[in-house]
Amino acid sequence: MSVVPISWYLVLSAILFGLGIVAFVFKRNIITIFMAIELMLNAVNLAFVAFARAHGQLDGLVFVFFVIVVAAAEAAVGLAIVISAYQNRQTLNIERFNLLKF
Amino acid sequence: MSLPFVLFFLLAFVAVAGALTLILAREPIHSALALILVMISLAVLYLLLGAEFIAGVQVIVYAGAIMVLFVFVIMLLNAGVEERTDFSKLATKYVGYPLAIFLIIEFAYWMARSTIGREIATGTAANTTSVSTEALSRMIFQSYLLPFEATSILILIAIIGALVLAKKGE
Repeated sequence: MSVVPISWYLVLSAILFGLGIVAFVFKRNIITIFMAIELMLNAVNLAFVAFARAHGQLDGLVFVFFVIVVAAAEAAVGLAIVISAYQNRQTLNIERFNLLKF
Repeated sequence: MSLPFVLFFLLAFVAVAGALTLILAREPIHSALALILVMISLAVLYLLLGAEFIAGVQVIVYAGAIMVLFVFVIMLLNAGVEERTDFSKLATKYVGYPLAIFLIIEFAYWMARSTIGREIATGTAANTTSVSTEALSRMIFQSYLLPFEATSILILIAIIGALVLAKKGE
């Protein structure tokens, strides 16, 4: 049985990461921008798993585990920030959050 | 063409289509559902790579917990169609699209071309034994015990932080 080359997984990971950056730059909704960050984390996880498989070592999988845990914590805090920002501004449009902008 | 190849292309197509839907959808709830699709297909890809535990965690934590949180917040805040200003239209047209195409092509090119990728494509990748969850748990609870404990503190801090932030200001 032939096996899919690892580099194909890496290319898929690169494409997903690129699309994540694109979504991060394009989207105007603060929640969707958050989802773009999650997409990038997922792409990096795929690269980690592919490399762990390629080298036959488990360390990459442990890293994926930690990335998922940190992503969960980040999502909880980030969405709390979104909710409190919405309470202040009554909008989710990122261009209305310009208090720190010069 | 053997089964792993067919599965890989199918899942890769679903994942990329989901990511594109995330970008193109106007409603945040559609973007969220598209992202869940991407995560599920990535979980099956992890199974294909022999990482069963990570695939399970991906479905339970990512597609389950985190995305439920996202969908919950979208519905709580009643997020509708995102508004587009003149500036954002201009920026998308003249900066966004060229940048997007450039980034994707460059990432994919270097990932495919890097020496490590080439080595792997021809050499060691053929070993198909799946990673046992037992070995992974040994690793987490022995070599990586301190980071593991640190993440529990991190999650505690995140819970407290989320509570403080979401609390109505007095």
